[in-house]
Amino acid sequence: MTLPVTVIGGYLGAGKTTLVNHLLRHAEGRRLAVLVNEFGALPIDADLIEAQGDDLIAIAGGCVCCSFGSDLTAALMQMCALDPAPDHVLIESSGVAIPGAIMATAALLDGIRCDGIVVLADGGSVRRAFDDPYIGDTIARQLAQADIVLLNKADLAAPDLADWLASKAPGAAVVPCERGRVPVEAVLGLGPQLVPQGHFHHADALFDSLVITPQGDPATLARTLAEGGFGVVRAKGWMQGAQGMALIHTVGRQFSAEPAGADARAGVVCIGLKGQLDVEALRRLT
Amino acid sequence: MSGITVYPARSILTMNPARPRATHVAVREGRILGAGTLEELAGWGDYTLDDRFADKVLMPGFVEGHAHTSEGSLWRNTYLGWFDRMDPAGKTWSGLKTIDAVLDRLREAEAQLPADAPLSAWGLDPIYMDNQRVNRAQLDSVSATRPIGIIHASGHILNVNTKALELAGLMKPGINHPAIPLGSDGLPTGELKGPEVMTPVGPHVGFDRSMMDCDEQGLRDFARLCVRTGVTTVTDLASRLEPETVEMMLRVTGEDSYPARVVPLRFFLGLPPKELVAEVVRLKALATDRCRLGRIKVVADGSIQGFSARLKWPGYYNGAPNGLWYCAPEQMAEIYENALAAGIQVHTHTNGDQATELALDTLGPALLKHPRRDHRFTLQHCQLADTAQFRRMRTLGMCVNLFANHHFYWGDEHYRLTVGPERATRMNACRTALAEGVPLAIHSDAPVTPLGPLFTAWAAVNRITASGRVQGEHEHIAVDDALWAITMGAAYTLHLDGEVGSIETGKRADFAVLEEDPTKVDKMALKDVPVWGTVQGGRVFPASKL
Repeated sequence: MTLPVTVIGGYLGAGKTTLVNHLLRHAEGRRLAVLVNEFGALPIDADLIEAQGDDLIAIAGGCVCCSFGSDLTAALMQMCALDPAPDHVLIESSGVAIPGAIMATAALLDGIRCDGIVVLADGGSVRRAFDDPYIGDTIARQLAQADIVLLNKADLAAPDLADWLASKAPGAAVVPCERGRVPVEAVLGLGPQLVPQGHFHHADALFDSLVITPQGDPATLARTLAEGGFGVVRAKGWMQGAQGMALIHTVGRQFSAEPAGADARAGVVCIGLKGQLDVEALRRLT
Repeated sequence: MSGITVYPARSILTMNPARPRATHVAVREGRILGAGTLEELAGWGDYTLDDRFADKVLMPGFVEGHAHTSEGSLWRNTYLGWFDRMDPAGKTWSGLKTIDAVLDRLREAEAQLPADAPLSAWGLDPIYMDNQRVNRAQLDSVSATRPIGIIHASGHILNVNTKALELAGLMKPGINHPAIPLGSDGLPTGELKGPEVMTPVGPHVGFDRSMMDCDEQGLRDFARLCVRTGVTTVTDLASRLEPETVEMMLRVTGEDSYPARVVPLRFFLGLPPKELVAEVVRLKALATDRCRLGRIKVVADGSIQGFSARLKWPGYYNGAPNGLWYCAPEQMAEIYENALAAGIQVHTHTNGDQATELALDTLGPALLKHPRRDHRFTLQHCQLADTAQFRRMRTLGMCVNLFANHHFYWGDEHYRLTVGPERATRMNACRTALAEGVPLAIHSDAPVTPLGPLFTAWAAVNRITASGRVQGEHEHIAVDDALWAITMGAAYTLHLDGEVGSIETGKRADFAVLEEDPTKVDKMALKDVPVWGTVQGGRVFPASKL
């Protein structure tokens, strides 16, 4: 079993901590482990904290948080060793960090699956910051590495901002939101629960999902979903391949396919923004 | 008994412009009663004449304004550098000029280790060996069963053998990381290029502490290097200052035999700005004479030779992308504002000129919000600053501590590769700083380069690079200016100029005891002036008796 890791990046004030708290509040049974860089005040809303130790904060719902400082590897190993193991690790990077570098380091550990890089952009200020002589190139690097760009504070955004962000983050899904409120499955994928069936709608009216049961090579399908322009923010599910059942994931342009137990039920859930998820084209993949 | 000791000396360079030379200095209660003639000093009352320095030259104890006490800890590992270097015990290790010589020294060290110990080494710098890389096969030839790790001189690259990679779980195909080069076999070559990939392996090769923090023996060993180089006040420029470190530093420096005054700066990460400043206010109250807690170190960018420094347009000479910020502009502003409000001094590492620009742009508005005279916020390294930036430093009341040693060790690299001839020629612009009226110190950044203020002064005076070229004659400074920079200049950047840095009435009895007069030797021999030892707070520390 591999432990999925998501890196949450974005410049100061873009809403990284707000997003983390939103995900913790809506973890829906997922045991999340949050790793934060040491800069900043306590990153977890007080009402979510159950107990605070020297280096680990216990959070409602079986979640935890710790800071990684200069040693991300040690912190990740600590998370891997937790019993019971977390379902998903979120790494909240500092505002000037390059998230791809953090993910590359996380990927060195055995038992880690790089799930994706989520970069938040402040709808009201990202374009100005992008042109700032000091931090503009840092923000450009962050965006260019994103699998999902969360256009936060979307109420403050100019109408063409999503398109502009898409041009700075090629291959990434651009998802508008306010105060980090996005469906947890769009950011972290579906939890360990069974895959639902059919074409269904989310409580959040912005999103749409579709379950497909494709045939063929799992890795090829994963790549197709990631690169095919179907408007898929995330996809996860099982399909039959030549070597047996495979579990596939895609996040933005990241994709993976790994062997899965024979008892898994076939079906791949594709999640995308309503109006952008190309339901008809996805159905043709089946 | 008045407890007055009068030391006659061959000559005393006081750094007191009103009385630049003296023949005698009188000491009482660890402080200087006065410097002058014996007749003048006799007026203070009965004295003991101590003529042990009668044939020596005394200077104010040197002040190293940018070093790290971790050098003391590093010496417990095997030294592999290109240049000769003296260890805390006074032994000079010869520089190694070939990879074979490096491997031979590793073999010698390996043979003396107990069975279960890793082999840890430091100081390797392949740029002087045509950038030949050390690979794990070579280290495996030293030992295939014992983990081996070598930290480069820069501190940013670690070479390890196969055993170490295995222990860290990195001896596997399929690694995709920009800081881990792979060989033709698809496996790591054993070179780990950056702190983020060094940390997983470090503990297996004996580097389980960060380069930042000293331990008790390291702090003691570092002080021995201070005595050997004439240093009586030394900064520990970026320490985490965890409670147990603070307790240890206060205890060790408080021992009667501890020969140096240590000025530890609290590294800025780990706390939000407001809490950081509050913590440093708390630490300041714990300060003692020999452990001057109460200052902050901010790091704005990376290093120029590592291409992680932030440069203004047009950036790196070889076209490398601009470097990294280690501190966001908003974070720097918040630290500056809170520190100014609380009266806490901040030293900021800026290597690239864009990082320097940011610090200047940030301090101006912060001072409007929290006006404070005499803040002496200091830019550390500040290697690429241009003349306009030095003018802004002066206007804002800033000090600068330039990395004169760097010009010798990496000046050729900067000329050829990183910033190109024009900017390399004006790097570490000591003369411009003085001409524009910016209070100036110069430094070693030990362990990055060896501690040794006379060498640092030599580097600033001569601007010779490792290949022997003079790089930037326009920025030469006079010997007197360089000697000022390593005494009064550095003391000023620490608000200690009223206590140390010159030999005059009322100041601490801190002396560098030299065998020759640095103003009387050829300026190319400045670095070779032998150091007999120091006097610190009136206590005599001969280097030969350490």
